[in-house]
Amino acid sequence: MRHRFTACLGAALLVLGVSMPAHAADKLKTVASFSILGDMVKNVGGDRVDVVTLVGPNGDAHVFRPTPADAKTLAKADLLVVNGLGFEGWMERLEKSSGFDGQTAVASKGVTPLKMIDEDGYRDEAEADHDDHDHDDHAKGEDHDDRGELAAGHHHHGDIDPHAWQDLANGEIYVVNIRDGLIAADPEGKAVYEANAEKYLAALKAENKVVKATMAALPKDHRRLITSHDAFGYFAKAYGLEILAPEAASTEDEPSAQDVANIIRQIRKDKIPAVFLENITNPKLLEQISKESGAKIGGTLYSDALSGKDSTAPTYLDMFKHNVETLNAGLSS
Amino acid sequence: MIDALVQPFIEFAFMRRALVGSLAISLTAPPIGVLLMLRRMSLMGDAMGHAILPGAAIGYLLAGLSLFAMSLGGFAAGLAVAMAAGLVARSTVIREDASLAGFYLLSLSLGVMLVSIRGSNVDLLHVLFGSVLALDDAALLLVAAIASVSLVTLAVIYRPLVLECFDPHFLRSVSRWSSPTHLIFLVLVVLNLVAGFQALGTLMAVGIMLLPAISARFWADDAAGMIGVSMVAAFASSLIGLLFSYYVNVPTGPAVILACGAFYLASMLVGIRGGVLWRLMPAKHLEA
Repeated sequence: MRHRFTACLGAALLVLGVSMPAHAADKLKTVASFSILGDMVKNVGGDRVDVVTLVGPNGDAHVFRPTPADAKTLAKADLLVVNGLGFEGWMERLEKSSGFDGQTAVASKGVTPLKMIDEDGYRDEAEADHDDHDHDDHAKGEDHDDRGELAAGHHHHGDIDPHAWQDLANGEIYVVNIRDGLIAADPEGKAVYEANAEKYLAALKAENKVVKATMAALPKDHRRLITSHDAFGYFAKAYGLEILAPEAASTEDEPSAQDVANIIRQIRKDKIPAVFLENITNPKLLEQISKESGAKIGGTLYSDALSGKDSTAPTYLDMFKHNVETLNAGLSS
Repeated sequence: MIDALVQPFIEFAFMRRALVGSLAISLTAPPIGVLLMLRRMSLMGDAMGHAILPGAAIGYLLAGLSLFAMSLGGFAAGLAVAMAAGLVARSTVIREDASLAGFYLLSLSLGVMLVSIRGSNVDLLHVLFGSVLALDDAALLLVAAIASVSLVTLAVIYRPLVLECFDPHFLRSVSRWSSPTHLIFLVLVVLNLVAGFQALGTLMAVGIMLLPAISARFWADDAAGMIGVSMVAAFASSLIGLLFSYYVNVPTGPAVILACGAFYLASMLVGIRGGVLWRLMPAKHLEA
């Protein structure tokens, strides 16, 4: 009697256990390289996707070092969403070592890339094929160390600025690419993805209008933005600001005394009212610049990563709202 | 010319602070570097830079991104590694360098594991290590205080310390100060390194400690002479590095250490005690 009961129980559990994975397999396993992309994928994918983000909130993707757990996660994934433009220097090695064979969506495909600030203080638009050439060179030829550093020097003419998501118009391109990637990996969900993307794009467009209006209202001589690293190039170009930063495109860079001196001189000359910290960098250098030049600390901006869930910028849209509010308060005084 | 050398320091407070911070570290680190070199422990600085990770990780786990907690933790970890290495070297067949290598690797792996288990995205050491261009009041006071304490302590234990470098068994036979001296010295080493890392970053802290000391070997035969030369060389290199970084627009830490390195190579060639060029020239033969 007891044996039969145990056998039935065992069989029931077995059936349950076998059927569980079958349900889990319905969701599309997606890996996003960093938190901003992760948020976008959640918005477009909705309930059909299971998103894992590699570089989480407040994480620095410039110096991220993947672990074996990340490789395992990537190996099981169906879709990988990356930023591109040289942002994730560690991605190619991770893909190879994990044996990932799913689809990849490059969020920045079709974005007009900007270059880093060059020696004359100008920022040019990179030609499209020049960008591809640079990107491939950087991906294959250069010897990336574990920290994924892109460029050593500050005034390195021709290096691409990867922070394209800081312009909401580019954000829309990102969403379109993510939607297409999701459809390619999961064609049955086409209608759902298209509907979600429509809604999200509308929200982005609306926010873009608000940001443009707010930034346009700033006085003409109050449009210089000083942050830790050169992450807001696209923001500056799209919304009419000018950006100065002691560290270049990567947080790995060490500033030179001349860079710091130039920024302090500029702040003093133009009476720039505020400098802005970032959520991922060491604040000491900017605090020193602020103390010496008289510019106050305007607050913290979110540049390369979202904040945690309980903080002020847990989603892409929240991040923009927070950044714009902080900039407005700091720059208009 | 003088104007060009002095003007950056007049105009910018951060340059003045960088200079003062460099002066402090140039007074305190090179003497320790000389003694490390004499005891064949030169690679300890580099090893320490990695060994402090578990301490910083525990400090972070307990108190979040508090520099004080992480530095304290780092100091404790560094001290533990140094003491353990010293103890093992004195009481087993393993020598100083091997015992240090063993313990620092242990410490580093423990630190990496602690950091990844907790799942933090923050690169702890990236946050902990400072830059000579970003010396705030707290960092300057820290370096200056450590410098004062180290110099006084070194003065007090100088004789047993130097004797221990050259003839430890003799010292052990005539005095009971052998072990305490060694321990105090280790505490000084770790203190200077951790303070140096936090104020100036690993490269400058370890570089200023070792390179001038190694160069000084070519200029003096006695420990006191080497200490003197290394202090002067360290400060001169810091000044040159700062000015280079200012005028030629290169990162400051590497500029300072490259200046130290240039002095090292020059010393190797023309240093009056064992410089290579002097050895290549034929010595005068005694003639009747």
